[in-house]
Formats: sequence, C-alpha cells, structure tokens
Amino acid sequence: MAINRRDNDLQRVFTRRALLLGTAQLGMFGALVGRLYYLQVMESHKYHLLAEENRINMRLLSPRRGRVLDRFGVELASNRRNYRVMIVAEQTRNVDATLEALSKLIQVDDTQRARVKREIERRRKFVPVVVAENLSWDDFAKINLHSPDLPGVQLDVGETRDYPYAHTFSHVVGYVGAVAENELGDDPLLELPGFRIGKSGVEKVYDERLRGRAGHSQIEVNAYGRAIRELERYNGQQGDDIVLTIDADLQRYAQERFGEDSGAAVVIDIHSGEILALVSNPGYDPNWFNVGITGPQWRQLSNDKYKPLINKAIAGQYPPGSTYKMLVGIAALESGNMTPETRVFCPGHMEFGNNTFHCWKKGGHGTMNFVSALEESCDVYFYEAAKRTGVDKIGEIARKLGLGDFTGIDLTGERRGIIPSKAWKQGALGQPWHPGENLVIGIGQGYVTTTPLQLAVMAARLANGGYAVPPRIVRKEEGFGPAADQRPASQRWPSLNLKREQLDLALEGMIRVTAPPRGTAAGARIMQAQYAMAGKTGSSQVRRISRLERETRVRKNEEKPWEERDHALFVAFAPISAPRYACAVIIEHGGSGAKAAAPVARDIMLECQKLDPSRKPRSAPGPTTASGITPPTAPGATKAGG
Amino acid sequence: MAYWSNRNDTSLGRKLRDVNWGLVLLITVIASLGFTALYSAAGGDIDPWADRQMARFAIGLVIMVVIAVTDIRVWMRLSYVVYAIGVILLIAVELVGRIGMGAQRWLDLGVVHVQPSEIMKIAMVLTLARYFHGLSYEDTGRIRWLVLPLAIVLVPVALVIKQPDLGTAMLLLASSGAVFFFTGVRAWKFLLVIAGGGAALPIAWNFLHDYQKRRVLTFMNPEQDPLGSGYHILQSKIALGSGGFSGKGFMQGTQSHLSFLPEKQTDFIFTMFAEEHGLIGALVLIALYILLIAYGYAIALRSRSQYGRLLAGGLTTMLFLYVFINIAMVSGLVPVVGVPLPLFSYGGTAMMTLLVGIGLLVNVYVHRDVEIPRHMSGPLS
Repeated sequence: MAINRRDNDLQRVFTRRALLLGTAQLGMFGALVGRLYYLQVMESHKYHLLAEENRINMRLLSPRRGRVLDRFGVELASNRRNYRVMIVAEQTRNVDATLEALSKLIQVDDTQRARVKREIERRRKFVPVVVAENLSWDDFAKINLHSPDLPGVQLDVGETRDYPYAHTFSHVVGYVGAVAENELGDDPLLELPGFRIGKSGVEKVYDERLRGRAGHSQIEVNAYGRAIRELERYNGQQGDDIVLTIDADLQRYAQERFGEDSGAAVVIDIHSGEILALVSNPGYDPNWFNVGITGPQWRQLSNDKYKPLINKAIAGQYPPGSTYKMLVGIAALESGNMTPETRVFCPGHMEFGNNTFHCWKKGGHGTMNFVSALEESCDVYFYEAAKRTGVDKIGEIARKLGLGDFTGIDLTGERRGIIPSKAWKQGALGQPWHPGENLVIGIGQGYVTTTPLQLAVMAARLANGGYAVPPRIVRKEEGFGPAADQRPASQRWPSLNLKREQLDLALEGMIRVTAPPRGTAAGARIMQAQYAMAGKTGSSQVRRISRLERETRVRKNEEKPWEERDHALFVAFAPISAPRYACAVIIEHGGSGAKAAAPVARDIMLECQKLDPSRKPRSAPGPTTASGITPPTAPGATKAGG
Repeated sequence: MAYWSNRNDTSLGRKLRDVNWGLVLLITVIASLGFTALYSAAGGDIDPWADRQMARFAIGLVIMVVIAVTDIRVWMRLSYVVYAIGVILLIAVELVGRIGMGAQRWLDLGVVHVQPSEIMKIAMVLTLARYFHGLSYEDTGRIRWLVLPLAIVLVPVALVIKQPDLGTAMLLLASSGAVFFFTGVRAWKFLLVIAGGGAALPIAWNFLHDYQKRRVLTFMNPEQDPLGSGYHILQSKIALGSGGFSGKGFMQGTQSHLSFLPEKQTDFIFTMFAEEHGLIGALVLIALYILLIAYGYAIALRSRSQYGRLLAGGLTTMLFLYVFINIAMVSGLVPVVGVPLPLFSYGGTAMMTLLVGIGLLVNVYVHRDVEIPRHMSGPLS
C-alpha cells in the first residue's frame, strides 16, 4: 500500500505539472500564431512589396539610336547588326576545349582567350561572356553550323553603330564611343555597359535627340540573378533621325577630288545657308571608334602629319591671303578713302617706312583699279587700300561677312580665327598697332586667320547681295529634298548694310578672275556658260620670306619642304548668271591658289551645279526603308523639280 | 471490464489492436502535407525529395510499430545501454568524427552515417525516465538523488556543445529539464538554475564560436546585414509575410521557388508552406501539431507506470520543442538554430529519430497498464 501511495504522489505531481507545462506550451503556440498573424496579415503588405523587389529586376533596354541622313535620306550613320559569339561557362564542361574548337572556325588569339577566361572567373557561371564581336555573316553562319560541337557557345545579334561611308563623313557625322566617367549624367542609359554616346560631330551635338529614351524590361530573377522570365516590357523610344543639309553625292565627290591632298572644302547655299558639302581631307574611319580604337590605330591617326582627326573646315585657321582682297577693297570704298575710280600704280613693290612690300608679280601690274586689282590679284593696290583704310575698318567689314567669329555651325570644335584690330593687338600682344602692319592685312596675311567655313560664308554673303546668311548643317524642316523655303537671301536674312555698287564691283572683280586673258584663275574656269563660276584665288604664306631669300632668289614652292609651302585657297560662287552656291577650298601647303585650289573648286562647283542639291527633288528611299548605301538616283515622283 | 481483462494479455495481436492508430493517422497526415511541400519545393517534382522522404516515412512507420509493440520493460532495460552507446558514439565523433556542415556531428560507420546527438535525444529521455522511475516523490526532493541524473544530462550536453551544436544541446537540456520537472523536482530549484544560467550568460558568450555569436546578433537585428548572416531570416520573413492570409497557392511561392529562401526543403520548409498556403495553412499545420502534442500528454497521463509517464512526457516535450523552435526560428522569434520541423523537413536522420520517439510514445500507450516494479530501475536489473 505504501508503494501505491507513493505512486499516487508521483502521479498526482506528474498530472499537475504535465497540465501546467502543456498549458504553457499551448501559450507558446499562441505566441507563434500571433507572430504569424503579425507577419502574414498585419505586415503582409510590406513584405509583399519586399518580395516583388526581390524577384523583379528592372533592366534598361537601350533604345535604337537615331540615324544621321543626308538631305535626300541617304544613311550616313545607321545601325547594323552586330553578330557576336559568346560563351556561357556553366553550359560547357571545359571552357578551354570550347575556345579551342571555336578558334578553328574564327580567329581567337591568346589575349582574347585570356580576357574571356578572366571575365568568366569574375562573373557568375550563367552570365555569357563575349568572345568576339562584329563577326562577318559567313563566320557567324559557320559557328551556327558547328554549334553542336561547341558546348557553351551562344550566338547573339546585337546592334552597333555603322558608318557606311567611313572616311567621307567622319568630320560631319562624327563618331560614338563608350561613355566616359565625366559624361555620366541623369540619364540612366549612360550607365548601361556597352552604351555609346556621340563623341564628335553631329553625333555629339545632337546626341540627346539621337539617343532616344530608355525602355525597360521587368525580369523575374532568382536569388542568383538568373533571369527566369520576362514579365513586362516597354521598348522605350528610339532616337530621332537627324537629317543633314549635306548632299552625300556632292560630299563624296568633293572628298575624292582632294585625292591625297590635305585640305578642306565647304559648299554652301548662298540663300538658305544650308551646307551641301563640308569636307576635311584626309578623314578617318569613325567605325574604329565605335568598336573601340586600338593603340596602333590611335597612334596612326594622331601622328599623321595631315592631321586626319582635325576638322580643317571649321577648326583649321589659315591666313586668307588674297581671298581677303574683296573685303579690303569694299572697306576702302566704304571708308571713302578710295573710290571705284581710284587708280594705283603697281611697280611690283611698295615702300613703306624702312620696308619694301613686294607684289607677287615682280615686274608689277601697272595702273590698277579695284576690279582689275582683283582680276590680277595685285598686291600693291591692296597695300595702298589697306594703308588708307586702316585695320579697324577692314576688320569691321570682315566681321560683317562672317570672319573672325564662330559661325555657330552645329558641329564640334569650331575655331573663330582672328580678325585683328588695334584694340585686339593691344589686348592680345600688349603692343600698339604699327601702320606698316595695315599693308600686310591688305593681302590677308599677318595676324589674319580664317576658317574655310568662314570663307565660304563670306563668299555666300558677297554673292547674295550682302545678307547675313548663317551656315547650318542640320535641316530645320521635315522631310527630304529641296527646302520648302526657297526665298532669296534678301527676304530671309538681315542686310549687312553694304552698298550694292561696292559689292557689285567686288563681284565684277571675282567674275573677271575666272575670265581670260588676265584673270588669275582663267585656267580653272568652267567652260559651260550656264555653270560659269566666279572666284578669287589666294596663296597664303606660311612663313615670312626673309630679306636674304628675297635678295638671292625666292625659292619656288615646289622646292620647299611640304610644311613650308604656301596654302592654296580659292573662294567661289556660281552660277554667275544667278548665283546660288558658294564655296571655299583650301589645300594645305598646296602652293598657288590658282594652280592647286582653283581646279578643285571648279570641279566641285561644276558637280554641285549639275547635282543642284538645293532644288533637286527627293529621290532616295525614305527613312523607314533605307538601309545601307542608297545613292540618290533620278528625280523621283514626290516633288516636282524647282 | 475489458480494460481489466486485457491487462495481462501481452499477445502481439492485442498490442497491434491497441496501437493508437489515430495517432498514426495524425502523423501520416502531417507527413503527407510534408510530402506535398517537398514536391512543391522541387518545383513540382517528386524527385529528389518527396520520393525519398516517403520511403523513409514508410520504413520509419514499420520501425515505429515494431518499437511500439515491443514490451516496455525491454526498452526500460535497454535504456542505460542505449545511453552508454550514445555517449560512446559522441566521444567517438569527437575523436574521429568526420567534418560535415562545419561541425563534427556525423560518424561514418561504413554503410550508414550516424549522428550520435540524434540518438542521444531519445537515449537521454529513456535514461532519465528509467532513473526517476526508481525514485519516490520524497527522493526527488533530495539533492543527493539529483547528482547522478544531472551528470547523465551534462556529460552528453557538454559533448554536443563541443561539436559544436548549440541547438541540440539546448534541446537536450530543455527536454531533460522537463523530465526533472515532471518527476517532481521542486520548483524553486528550477528557478535557481534558471537564474544561475542567466547570470552565467555573459561568461558563456565568450565561449561561443564567431558564427554562433553572429547568429545571435543577427537575430537581434537582421536588417543590419541583409546579404550576410541576416539573409536567411530576412528572406524567411519576406516569404512568410508576402504569403499573406490565404497564401500564393500551391507551387506558387515566388520567394521559395526563386531560391531566395534558403534551405527551403529542410529547416525553412514551414516558411515555404506558409508562403504558399498563407496564415490559413500555417494554422492548420500548427493545429495538427497541437493535436499531436495533446495526444502525447494524454498518453502520458494514461500510463500507470512512472517510467511510461516520464518517457511519454519527455518525448512529447521534445516534440513540442522541435515544432516551436523551428516555427519561432523561421518567423524571427528566436535565433537561427538548425532544428527541423518534425515529420515535415526533408532529412532521414531526423525522421528516424522522430518515428522512434513516437514509436516509444505509442509503446507507452500500448503498455499503459503494465505495472513496473520500482526496483526494476536499479542499474543491475
């Protein structure tokens, strides 16, 4: 019985304590339920958001970059398919073996291999690593065919910028390249790996319009970042196409006409200011920059003595030489110190102070007036004109005609040149102006420098009757072909307040330049009367001719090293009967303007008038269908010719 | 009075009929929910988890029934032996144990890997039940009778801590504490031990491994290191919370299926289940566990022997601790310790331990009326 009593004690204690503990445990379960209620009901919304954040990964989609087209819709910069081959480490047992097999089909060198392996190690195993880009279709197809033997190899078609004309439009269109640290801005697109932005030319100036707006794709990812599926997609907005005023055919013609020569040419519509060709020779291949320029390529470009990276048409600053003479004469007339009847005798030189100023024609021109002095490019007449007029008055006219300041062209790297004045010299050099310096200014030498674009604008403003036409390279109006606005410059641009009769004398002189028997560029005239061109030659000294040289013998240009030869210039307008186009041509160290520059200008102007881009109706396929090189053909049906 | 007439009927048929088939049904329901969860965790595939888990459960069920119908006195006699084997294996694991999961827990016996700490979970309860079976209520009030059981507890606990497996050590301590409590050890002694333990915490802190300290710190503030050690618990809370009231639907748990949720088939399976089935599903599962634990207590209360009561009470408490710690852990109430959800989490060893434990529980029920003389608890009997 004692045992039983003891057992009952134990049982009683057990029962009591089991109930106690059981109740406590039930209470703890209650706490669990409370906790779950808190998480799953009260805080559910918050965790729901967190869960979405967890699994949904926003990916930016790079928009299609807008194209750059010429005035007829020819693609100067477009996007081309980029065939790439990539390798996914987790899909192959042996990366080396796959690369080895791949190298039997396409070239995979050791540095490429090392880079691929480095990237594979850095990234997670399912991230594709690019082995080679910009493959030809043949290579791409070959890899595709052999893909069963290439475990882990993935083919991909992306997009890359393409410049079909390579060198021809390098300075106008520019190029794109990877985003630099200091270019990062608000646009998240810029942070996309591999994203390209405009680095020069129109690509840079109009980058934001060309770029478009980013799309995005919501991708469901797992904890390792592997994409599981796409939930939502917004493709963004592709970039605008930019239509240039350039005529691709004319540009190509002009570029080819330069051949090996280093120089620049600008063709402009004197009424609208539309630039029809803007050439800087030699060019470079912008496609090099797009894929990432190599060291040797970069050295080749930057060490080239012809400076292919510089857009000489807007950044090359040259003394205008005799092409400056029209405005010097106008300034002299304007100042009242000379009249159209004023005659100057040219004995081949002019004394001023202790110096002798030589005319290019040793024997002298005899008696000259404004028009004949232009015709024969007599230096002494313009020494006299400049001496009487003074640098400041000449500078005033020069600036009116567009020299000495930015023209405001929509391109990168424009320089302003120098149109000196007394104040300028005092400010820049801290020296007073010497009267003798006026004489040198009279023949466009000394401190005067201009860009070829400025000279073309000058020629345009002279030829359009003295209206302040501004140059532009991007079309303002929609569509292709001739601009809707065909009004003459006099109705579109403010007058420069130059006297008509003075201008006409300058133009008369220019017309006589290309006319036999005495015109300096008579040899480079256009024979077809309806295309006849007027112009002015210029040969600007690169270095001063020393007295010693002068006394012994002035070396001929051909005898000098290239760098010391004169720059050859020519400015022109055409046709004489109803001027429409103006141009400026410079051939660096080309020697005589008449011999080197004038023939180039003649051919360009003739071609320009034959093409007549300002009036020719649109003929190229529209922007939606154009791909690759589509040169404008015969007049199309969209618009009647003007 | 069938009750009395069956008292001494020890035939196998009677025992089989006496097996608590309701309890078996209950654990089968819980395990089956587990199979569906494993099926979902595998992305809608029976392979690789659900099929193996089902096979283990089937084998475990047989073992469970065998254990249940074996005479309770056999288990009582074997208690000390099992305990001794457990301690020896723990020492062996300390000496030659192979490193797995960053801790020495496994013993490679050629064909099978044995986790001695799992054996010890059962062995400890068996041993304490047998020891206390021989004590009267008065004895339990005397310190000298408590020295040996304390040693019985502390030796394996120390070995387990050494592994280091803090979670199992706490589980062992808590379940043996419950046996001490059930047997009648005075309440003030518990308060004393708890107070002493609390005072010793700062000292114990210095003996913790870095990763253990990190877990505790992480528990305090999981947001502090969301991609590092706080990742598990944060992701678990996100998965639970985003499941909401009614869940995302079977196989629709985004967080678990996209692998944000770690260990979704083992320790964090409850999270996945609750993400897919919501609070409703979680409550159903918890209710099933409460039912199971209530069954355990009912069996303990029905037993006529102290051994049976303590065994059933200890095992039930162990079961409770498993469930509670696991769910509290995944919902961020306690630090992350590697405790699986009983019958649910994928894993063979834990499944075996549990079914052996439940087998013993059923055994107590089957032998509820067997009276065991006090002297049987003597060490030499």
